[in-house]
Amino acid sequence: MVDVALRDLGEYVQAALPDAVLNVALERDELCLVVERERIARVLKFLRDDVNCQFKQLMDVCGVDYPAREERFEVVYNLLSLTQNRRIRVKVSASEDTPVPTVVEVFSCANWWERETWDMFGIAFRNHPDLRRILSDYGFQGHPLRKDFPLTGYVEVRYDDEQKRVVYEPVKLPQDWRTFDFLSPWEGIQGELPGDEKAKDQPA
Amino acid sequence: MTETEIKNYTLNFGPQHPSAHGVLRLVLEMDGEVIDRADPHVGLLHRGTEKLIEYRTYLQSVPYFDRLDYVSPQNQEHAFALAVERLLGIEAPPRGQYLRVLYAEIGRILNHVFTVCAYAMDVGAMTPMLWGFEQRERLMEFCERVSGARMHMNYFRPGGVSLDMPPGLAEDIFAWTETFPKVVDDLEELLTENRIFKQRSVDIGAINAEQAMDWGFSGPNLRACGVAWDLRKAQPYDCYADLDFDIPVGKHGDCYDRYLVRMYELRESLKIIRQCLEKMPAGPVKVDDRKVAPPPRSEMKHSMEALIHHFKLYTEGYHVPAGETYTVVEAPKGEFGVYLIADGTNRAYRCKIRSPGFAHLQAMDFLTRGHMLADVVAVLGSLDIVFGEVDR
Repeated sequence: MVDVALRDLGEYVQAALPDAVLNVALERDELCLVVERERIARVLKFLRDDVNCQFKQLMDVCGVDYPAREERFEVVYNLLSLTQNRRIRVKVSASEDTPVPTVVEVFSCANWWERETWDMFGIAFRNHPDLRRILSDYGFQGHPLRKDFPLTGYVEVRYDDEQKRVVYEPVKLPQDWRTFDFLSPWEGIQGELPGDEKAKDQPA
Repeated sequence: MTETEIKNYTLNFGPQHPSAHGVLRLVLEMDGEVIDRADPHVGLLHRGTEKLIEYRTYLQSVPYFDRLDYVSPQNQEHAFALAVERLLGIEAPPRGQYLRVLYAEIGRILNHVFTVCAYAMDVGAMTPMLWGFEQRERLMEFCERVSGARMHMNYFRPGGVSLDMPPGLAEDIFAWTETFPKVVDDLEELLTENRIFKQRSVDIGAINAEQAMDWGFSGPNLRACGVAWDLRKAQPYDCYADLDFDIPVGKHGDCYDRYLVRMYELRESLKIIRQCLEKMPAGPVKVDDRKVAPPPRSEMKHSMEALIHHFKLYTEGYHVPAGETYTVVEAPKGEFGVYLIADGTNRAYRCKIRSPGFAHLQAMDFLTRGHMLADVVAVLGSLDIVFGEVDR
């Protein structure tokens, strides 16, 4: 029942904003719209103000990194409607050089979440009132949640007793970072196992 | 009379301040003693939880959720367990669900007792803290008896809970529920009609329903504005649909209403705990699927297959089918969400943690503008901020 109502809602939004909504998907009872980047503010405004949508609350904004894609980032907005008791997810794609228009004018709470997305992924938000880093250290470089950022980071801090202050140094790992590849070889190995080639040379 | 020039000045509140509830650096632009602008600097407790989760199996990620909001760790685990279950397409057995709800409500009481008492201390009342922490200690003992850890329980697992309750625990929790209302009464006696307490909290940091929604408020802070919204009722998860409880709402959305809502929720949580204990069905506590839940230790002593399952689960872990979900629970602080993207391997591709405190703290500037410096402490205390979850 919920399924049908959500699918109708997706179609309704797509029909109302045909130039902005690129794709509508319904997966595990969660509705997800893929939206044209430049029109994100308009879409969210529509979702907030339209009588049939009423998504008055923006619960979350976050980035996702897919390095293999042409536009490597996705910005995901999770909205909630208290009156309709529904959720909707809106996505736009972006890259390092394509800023996403800010939605702070539509939802005040987007401010910090956009700052966090900028901090963690380096996705810029156009016309954001205050696009500073938020979670990382003062003077931090890089964007830690990108897939190409190492888990250990690049610098470490310690208190230097001689200089009487905290100093930054390149990360030193006395022991290599251990990554165990737990993916089963039984399912994972594609093609020949080492040594298999000998079997072909032998006369039957 | 000579004209004196009055300059606005900036005041640093924190990062080490007993009323900052952790490590908050609040840069305040003051006009005399009135706040012109508040700029919270967060991230001093940032540990990169989301990054770490990307490098851990699903089971290894559970303890990170304890360490977000360390005042009520159970509720965070609950969200993650539900998110993974949703992607795996499994559901915890009834007893597992009841145990989870029981401990989630214990977590809520842990949190609200802490918040109310810490808030009371922020505005000048010392005694509630001493009384409340005694109760927290009793509750953490119940946590220890079921999971082995007082705070960071690591108890809610995808597929159920890790262990069943030991004999006698249910009776002890029930006995405690009979003594606790007296403590809530005592706390209320100290605070609710207290003149100083009311002067410090009534009409301080008020926000109306529309503004609260705009700022992404949830949980008791939203309910204090008169919005009857609780995910346990609106989008029930686990066995909340079978339980009978009320949603207290406030009227004015000020610090006092936020306090009152929490006090009522204490009693409602107590009701839920009692119902859980009464209705607790017998049966398994985790799913009967050896590909997700480990076999019991006794079985491993004689079954080779059980041993293999155990080994595989604790090294490789289970693979979660590709997909994504935004799963939420009503944590004591508000809507705690986990946006989980799985790519079919044994590790999460991305796990975004939506913590309620992040949204609440963001509104500090809005809430404190035009208030006095002393009110900053009251507003901060009433919003229920814990930096473990704000900074992640």
